Amino acid sequence: MNRTLKSAALLSALALGGTLAAPARGGSMVVSYKDDVTTLDPAIGYDLQNWPIEKMVFDGLLDYKVGSTTLEPRLATGMPTVSADGRTYTFTLRPGVKFQNGREVVASDVVYTLTRVLDPKTKSPGQSFYMGIVGAQAFTTGKAKTVTGLKTTGKYGVTITLTAPNAAFLNVMAMNFAFVVPREEVAKYGADFGHHPVGTGPFRLTGWPSGQQLVFERNPAYFYQNLPYLDRVTVKVGLDPSVAFLSLTRGEVDLLGDGIPPAQFLQVIRDPKYKANILQRTNVNTSYLSLNTGIGPLKDVRVRQAINMAINKTKVLRLINGRGVIANTYLPPLMPGYDKAATGYRYDPAAAKALLKQAGYEKGFDTTLYTTSTDPNPRIAQSLQQDLAAVGIRASIKSQAQSTVAEAAGTPGTAPMVWSGGMAWTQDYPDPSDFYWPILSCRSAVQGGWNWPFTCDKALDAAADRADQMVKPAQATARLNAYAAIFAKLNAQAVWVPVYHEVRYMMRSDRLVGGLNELQDPIHNIVYERLSVKP
Amino acid sequence: MLSFLGSRLLQSVFVLLVASCVTFTLVFLLPADPARMVAGPSASVATVQSIRHEMGLDRPFVAQYGTYLGRLAHLDLGRSYKQGSTVRSLLSSRILPTVQLMLGAIALELLIGVPLGIWAAVRRGGWPDTVVMGLAFLGAAAPQFWLALSLVYLLAYRFALFPLGGYGGLSHLFLPALTLGIGGAGWYARMMRSQLLEVLSQDYVRTARAKGQTPRLVLLRHALRNAALPIVTMIGLDIGTFMGGVVVVESVFGWPGLGRLVWDAIRVVDIPVIVGVVIFSAFVITLANLLADLVQPLVDPRVRYR
Repeated sequence: MNRTLKSAALLSALALGGTLAAPARGGSMVVSYKDDVTTLDPAIGYDLQNWPIEKMVFDGLLDYKVGSTTLEPRLATGMPTVSADGRTYTFTLRPGVKFQNGREVVASDVVYTLTRVLDPKTKSPGQSFYMGIVGAQAFTTGKAKTVTGLKTTGKYGVTITLTAPNAAFLNVMAMNFAFVVPREEVAKYGADFGHHPVGTGPFRLTGWPSGQQLVFERNPAYFYQNLPYLDRVTVKVGLDPSVAFLSLTRGEVDLLGDGIPPAQFLQVIRDPKYKANILQRTNVNTSYLSLNTGIGPLKDVRVRQAINMAINKTKVLRLINGRGVIANTYLPPLMPGYDKAATGYRYDPAAAKALLKQAGYEKGFDTTLYTTSTDPNPRIAQSLQQDLAAVGIRASIKSQAQSTVAEAAGTPGTAPMVWSGGMAWTQDYPDPSDFYWPILSCRSAVQGGWNWPFTCDKALDAAADRADQMVKPAQATARLNAYAAIFAKLNAQAVWVPVYHEVRYMMRSDRLVGGLNELQDPIHNIVYERLSVKP
Repeated sequence: MLSFLGSRLLQSVFVLLVASCVTFTLVFLLPADPARMVAGPSASVATVQSIRHEMGLDRPFVAQYGTYLGRLAHLDLGRSYKQGSTVRSLLSSRILPTVQLMLGAIALELLIGVPLGIWAAVRRGGWPDTVVMGLAFLGAAAPQFWLALSLVYLLAYRFALFPLGGYGGLSHLFLPALTLGIGGAGWYARMMRSQLLEVLSQDYVRTARAKGQTPRLVLLRHALRNAALPIVTMIGLDIGTFMGGVVVVESVFGWPGLGRLVWDAIRVVDIPVIVGVVIFSAFVITLANLLADLVQPLVDPRVRYR
């Protein structure tokens, strides 16, 4: 244990800017959010706001090194052993780790946690991530009472058997859905467990007056004894971003959870006095214009390529005050498998016109562009509309509520073009498969799916399947190359216009200590256990 | 009075039924799938279907609404799709802040609007009249969002007289209540002025003056009481107006009331919460109007319960 403590202290010190000076312990911080937190049940909460907050209370078997996309053990003593056929994973739990109710975490808790996520009664949005476990199908359809692929071996051993090898499975095991929960607490609170969360994490929830704030106190029994640094974290909800910004300048808030408000953005980033308070990093997401391959002229690949050439991405970036980098391909730069050499389609309205002429649309055509109605998306849609008009494509804009746009976009033959703003694809886990299967594969090109171009290339599905079966470490590079080829083919088919990758700006108070690794972590965004305040 | 109360209560139940039916139908017809919203983007179609089944959304509309009414009869408003908590517990945790906000807003609009209206009426045609009516127009026309942010910037940030937002004591309440109350104060000032001018031209006021009473006494003893009658009705109507206005004000000030609850629910198509808040709001509005009707005869004996 002593060795673990020392290495953890060293790691955390290195993470904080490479200095060996240990961060001060104690103190508290306040983070602000505009929206309420809906639930802290890791099986249910599924958005960028919930996830870092859930992580304060819960842990999984695996996690990522702070600030990186490299997996490391967390509740497990080490990385799992994998069977020769790549289907069975054996984890060993760290002994002596206790839930915040005082009970030790044992192997059956892991089995219970995953079974609960698969159980339709839980209504977990994470269910589909775990359907590759043997017996999951029979269990979810009610044909079996247990999931046969989940087994305990002794008090601390867990084996998970998959129906087929899956190179991204360990990433899936590090997702919030797999954070370990105690059965007795779930039974006690039922559907309200999300408001009475009990996990093994660095903090425990001590107060949640609805619609006001969530208060977390240090977990004294946390298994990393030198963490967290802070005694208390208060998550204030319902604060308008502009008001939150004023609160930060007055020292009442330490971190703007929603980032710098758009109205003050330019003024703030140009002000030298705030320079040390602002951190920025390109997010692992892509904002794109989806082109429905099943509707009218968009069925023709030349038309879709012409649209790719017609869009002026620089103009879109100006509309969002430069808070993004131009996307040349579908994968964002921090995603493994990102093709640095990809150049995408160049902005060339003349070439676009020529291509349209070649496709038989010399006089252009009429179409519809869907967008969500929240700023800046209608303005971006207007910019896209102007670019399209310049090459003869007359797009009328339908600006609607997010849920309505998602419904139209996921209904075959309904939405020719969809601007993804507000629903841009952000990674669930750092693996290119997460940018293929949920949004660009045949299995997601269905009613209610998220494959808005309704593209379905069985050869690409087969290639992705083959890539996912490359589970040996020696195959890692070949696998990423395979995915790069898949995205290159999709780019040739021009099913999207990848427009930009969001650059996330965080603003912290003078007293809050935390760098890019802790405040712009590529997986968790904010790693609260590593934050501290100046004494 | 009892028969009046009975018939009004029956009317109220009918209003609540209509409110629940209309809201349920509208949300049902919304081109958005609540199961998809709960499931999130990465969910497979099978997962969405199993969630839809668990939520009972694969049943016909009549069956869903029937079940809802059955539960409603037992005061069970269901569970939030997104939060898991019961709608009743969510409502009960948010009612008090909204009631506080409304009471604060009503108090401020009366305190600001009524004296200004009286002043304008007494100084009819003079500069106070012009200024007050101009301000009343501005107050009633100012967008709430702009007003809220301006008040925050000036009174909370620049001069630090009040907290920047959040929920707490009277100091926290003042700015949101003022934002909500300023618009109403404009209406009250205009109404008070016109009512008072009408009353001041009545014969009994002239008689009082002829008897040699001072203008102050005429105003306080005879004119004001009669001119104030419509205000009682207006307070009842205000509750309805506020139920709409609190969404913006609560969002800007981080006030944990019903407005924010329903706004968040609309974003994620959380039907039980949306319908629950609408039914509760309809209940409050009906109750407020009923109370206004009950109070009116006490203020004006000419009005009878009918």
